[in-house]
Amino acid sequence: MRSVFPRAILVAAALAAGCSGTPWNYPYSTADRSEKILYSVFVDRPKHLDPAQSYTTDEAVFTRQIYEPPLQYHYLKRPYELVPLTAIAVPKPQTITRGGATYSVYEIRIKPGIHYQPHPAFNPEHLSLTRSAVAGLRSPYDLPGHTTRELVADDYIYQIKRLAHPSLHSPIFGLMSEYIVGLKEYAERLKKAAKPGEWLDLREHRLEGVERVNSHTYRVTLKGSYPQFVYWLAMPFFAPMPWEADRFFSQEGMAAKNFTLDWWPVGTGPYMLAQNNPNARMVLERNPNFRGELYPSEGEPGDRERGLLDDAGKMMPFIDRAVFVREKEAIPLWNKFLQGYYDMSGIQSDTFDQAVRISVEGESNLTPEMESRGISLRTSIAATIFYLGVNWLDPVVGGTSERARKLRQALAIAMDWEEYLSIFANGRGVPSQSPLAPGIFGYRDGKAGINPVAYEWRGDHPQRRPIEQAKKLLAEAGYPDGRDAKTGAPLVLYLDTTSRGPGDKPRLDWWRRQFANLSIQLEIRETDWNRFQEKLRKGTTQLFIVGWSADYPDPENFLFLLHGPQSRAKNQGENASNYVNAEFDALFERMRNMSNSPERQKIIDRMTDIFRHDAPWIGGFHPKNYSLSHGWLANNKPNEMTDAAFKYWRVDPARRAALRREWNEPVIWPVLLALAALVAAVVPAVLSYRRRERMAAR
Amino acid sequence: MTAYIIRRILYAIPILIGVNLLTFALFFVVNTPDDMARMQLGSKRVTPEAIEKWKIEYGYDRPLLWDSKAEGIAKATHTIFYEKSLKLFTFSFGASEADKRDIANEIKSRMWPSLALAIPVFLVGLAVNITFALFLAFFRATYLDYSGVVLCVVMMSISTLFYIIGGQYLVSKLLHLVPISGYDAGFDAAKFLVLPVVIGIISSFGSSARLYRTLFVEEMGKDYVRTARAKGLADTTVLFRHVLKNAMIPILTGVVVVIPLLFLGSLIAESFFGIPGLGSYTIDAIQAQDFAVVRSMVFLGSVLYIVGLVLTDISYTLVDPRVRFE
Repeated sequence: MRSVFPRAILVAAALAAGCSGTPWNYPYSTADRSEKILYSVFVDRPKHLDPAQSYTTDEAVFTRQIYEPPLQYHYLKRPYELVPLTAIAVPKPQTITRGGATYSVYEIRIKPGIHYQPHPAFNPEHLSLTRSAVAGLRSPYDLPGHTTRELVADDYIYQIKRLAHPSLHSPIFGLMSEYIVGLKEYAERLKKAAKPGEWLDLREHRLEGVERVNSHTYRVTLKGSYPQFVYWLAMPFFAPMPWEADRFFSQEGMAAKNFTLDWWPVGTGPYMLAQNNPNARMVLERNPNFRGELYPSEGEPGDRERGLLDDAGKMMPFIDRAVFVREKEAIPLWNKFLQGYYDMSGIQSDTFDQAVRISVEGESNLTPEMESRGISLRTSIAATIFYLGVNWLDPVVGGTSERARKLRQALAIAMDWEEYLSIFANGRGVPSQSPLAPGIFGYRDGKAGINPVAYEWRGDHPQRRPIEQAKKLLAEAGYPDGRDAKTGAPLVLYLDTTSRGPGDKPRLDWWRRQFANLSIQLEIRETDWNRFQEKLRKGTTQLFIVGWSADYPDPENFLFLLHGPQSRAKNQGENASNYVNAEFDALFERMRNMSNSPERQKIIDRMTDIFRHDAPWIGGFHPKNYSLSHGWLANNKPNEMTDAAFKYWRVDPARRAALRREWNEPVIWPVLLALAALVAAVVPAVLSYRRRERMAAR
Repeated sequence: MTAYIIRRILYAIPILIGVNLLTFALFFVVNTPDDMARMQLGSKRVTPEAIEKWKIEYGYDRPLLWDSKAEGIAKATHTIFYEKSLKLFTFSFGASEADKRDIANEIKSRMWPSLALAIPVFLVGLAVNITFALFLAFFRATYLDYSGVVLCVVMMSISTLFYIIGGQYLVSKLLHLVPISGYDAGFDAAKFLVLPVVIGIISSFGSSARLYRTLFVEEMGKDYVRTARAKGLADTTVLFRHVLKNAMIPILTGVVVVIPLLFLGSLIAESFFGIPGLGSYTIDAIQAQDFAVVRSMVFLGSVLYIVGLVLTDISYTLVDPRVRFE
C-alpha cells in the first residue's frame, strides 16, 4: 500500500504531460512543438502598430514583419546598404527648379503582382457593418470572406497622406512637413474637413507633393534637397495602407472593441498578425499571399564561414509562425531561454557572468555552460550614443570662452568611460571618440579616429591621457586644484539625472569620484523624467546624460545633434547641448545634402575636429548589443537598422524538441521527499492526539 | 437591511468624489498635461505642435477644475476634472491615453486571469491557514504548537519576492515541474497557475495562520468552552462546533473585505509569473503615466473596497445574531 501513493503521482503526472514526451514545464500548446515556429518575447506592450504612428523598437519587431515600405536594408552587407523591397529600384532624386525654388522629385515604381494578406476589409460587404455585427466579434478575422487585392501606388500615397491625419500623431509629421511639398497645408485642410465620428476619406483630398503616375508608380516631391529621404522610405512610415483597411476600422463600434489599425495591421509582408493580446501573447502567422523573396547571395566577409549564406537563393520565409510571449521580468525570461523555450535572448547585467566570459585580450566568449548547450553569441555596436552633455548656455561650463573650453577638455580627460563601461555595463560598449557611431559613414577607426583631446595612441590602441594633463588644463582654465583662482571658492558642478533609485547609487558615486579626481565637487540633482525634460527644454541644466539612437545610417542623423538651429532651449530641437558654432553649422548645412564621397568625409573630419576642440559633450559611449541564440536558429545576424529579420531566419524544430526534452526532464524525488517529511511531521501530532484521547478515557 | 445598504451607498458617493479629487490632485501635482503628452508621444522628434494636438485630442487643453471663461454650468463641466474623473461615476472609463485601447474592454478581459489566480489563493489559503491554526490551537502549549508558531514567524519574516524567485528557481528551473511563467486561456491556464497559487498561499501562510491561532486560543479560554468540555464533549467537537464558529467574527473582518478586491489582482505575482491580470495592468499604467487607466483603477479599487466593507457588515449579521444594522 505504501508504494501506491508515489506511483499514483507519477502516473498522474505522466497523464498530465500527455504521455507524449512533452516536458512538464512546457509553456506552449503541445500541438505546436514540431512546427517551424519562432518563440520570442516582448517586454513592453506595443503602443502603436499603425505605421503612421509606430516609432519604437518594441513595435518595429511586429510592424517590420507585416508592413513593406518600398525599400529595405540588405540583410547581410555592412556598411548598411539600401536595396529595393516592393520598389523596383532605389529611387534617385531628380532636381527641378520651379518659380526660383529647387525641388527633389523621387519617382518610385512598385513591383506588380504583390498582394495584401487575406483580410475582411477587402470584402466590400464588410465596409458597412452595423454596430451589432461588430459587437459580436472577438477578432476582425471572425468575419467571413477574407479576400485580398493587389498592391498599388495609391496605397503608398494614402499612407503618406495619413502622416497628416488630424487624429493620428505621426512622430515624423513635423520633419516631413518641412520637406514634402504641401504636407503642412494638407494637415490644415484635413483638420477642417474632419467631422467627429465620420471617416475621413483621404482619397478625396489631394496632396500636392505626392502624385500618382500610374497604377504602380508614384512621385514624391520634396522642397530643396534631402538625400536622407531614401532612408525614410525603408521605414514603415512609408509602407502602403489600403484605404479599405482605414475605412473598415473606422466603422462604429470598432474602436470600443480595440479593433483599430493600431492593433490590427494590414500589410503585404511575409507575416500577418493572427493573435493580438498585447498583455500576454502576440502571434504572427505566415501571410499566405506573400509573393516570396530570395535569401541574399552576398554578404560581408566572414558571413559564408558563419553559415549565413547557406540558404542563399532559397525562397523565404522559412518560419511559419512567430509566437511572442510577454515577459516583464528578467529572471523568468532568462530561465526559459536556458530551458529552450525562447529561441533567443539578450543578456542582462545579472546574468552576464553566467553567459559570457571576457578573455585577457578583451574578447567576449561564451561560458562553457552556454557552449555546451549550443548557444551562439552575436555582438554588434549599436548606432546609438550616450553622452555627458554640457549646456552651452551655462555660464560656467558652456560657451566659447577659453576658460570654459579648457574646463570641458579637462573633464573630457578625467571621465574614465572605459571604467564606467567595465563596472556598469560588463564592458558592453565602446567609448566614443566622435559624435558618430562605428559603421556610420564618416566614422574613422584606429589611430586616425581617436579624440586627441582626451586620448593618445599607445602601441595599437587609444589610451586615455593622464589625469595630470587634465589638472593642468583645469589650472589653465582658472581652477587650480579645483578652486577658483580669484576667489578661492571650490568649483561646484551640477549633474542632472533621472537616476534616483537605490540601485543607481553606485553609479552616482562613481560620477562624483570622477569629478573628485580633479578636486571638483559634483552635486547630483536627481529628478524625474518630466522635470529633466523640462530643464533641457528651458536650458537650465549644467551637465546631463542623454542618448540618441539613429533613425538611419547617415552621419547627418548624429551630427544634427550639434547643429545650432536645432537647439533644444531655443527651437525645441534635438541639440540638447544647445551647442552653437558658426563654422560647424555651415559645414553641417553643406554635408547634410551630400552623398557619401571623399569630399563629404573631409567635411565630417573637420566637423569632428571642431567638436573635439569645443568639447560640448564630455565623452560618451556606443552600447554594444549582445544577443544569444540557440543552435537550432539559423541565419541570425544582428542588424541595427531594421527588425525585418524573421523572413531570413530558419529553425530546426526536431532538434529543438529533442533538446527541450533533454534539458527539462522532471525531477520528482524532492517532491516525494517533501511529502514524506510532511507525513513524518504529522505522526507526532497523531500520536499526541491518541495519547490525549486515551487520557480522557481514563 | 435595504435601508442600511442604500444609506451606505449614499455615504460612498462623497468618499468616491474625495478619492477622485485626491487622485486627480496627486497626479497633476507631479504631471502637467504637457508632460503627459510628451510621455505618450515619446522623446524623439516631438514638436510643440504635436503636443498641442495631443492635448486637444485627449481633452487636456481645458482648465483643471474651473473654467472662468465658460458660461454657466460649463464653468465646472468644461474642465479636465469633470470630463476625466466625474464621468467615472457612470463607469465610463474611456480609452487608455497610452495606446487608445478601451479601458472597460481591458478590465473585462484582464479580470479573469486575476481571478484565476486570486480565488484559489484566497480559498485554499483560507482553508489551509484556518486548518493549521486550529491544529496549533488544539495542541496549544506543546512542542507542536511552539514549532508551528516558530515556523509561522519564520515564514512571515520572508519577503514575498523571495518566495516567488525561490519558487521559480526550485520548482521550475531545477525540478522542471511547471512552467516558470506564462498564461493561457481555459484549462490550459492550470499548469501556469499551480506555482503562483502555491506561492501565494505560502507567502501569506505565516502571518494569517499565526493570527488565526491567536484568535482560536483566545476563544478556547472562554467559559463556554470550559462548560462544553465539562459536559463531556470531545475536544474536536468543541473545536469545530463552538470555537471555530465564534472565532469566525474577527476572521470575517479581515477576509470578507478583501473578496471584492480579488478582482484587482496581485501587482507582484502577476508581473513575475506573466499573468495578464489587472494588477500588471495597473503597474503598466503607472509606469506609462497613463492617467486614464490609473484613475479608472483607483476608482474601481475604491468602489470595490466600499463594497467589501458593506459585505463585511452584512456578514456580521449572518455569523453573529447579536449584531443588528440598527
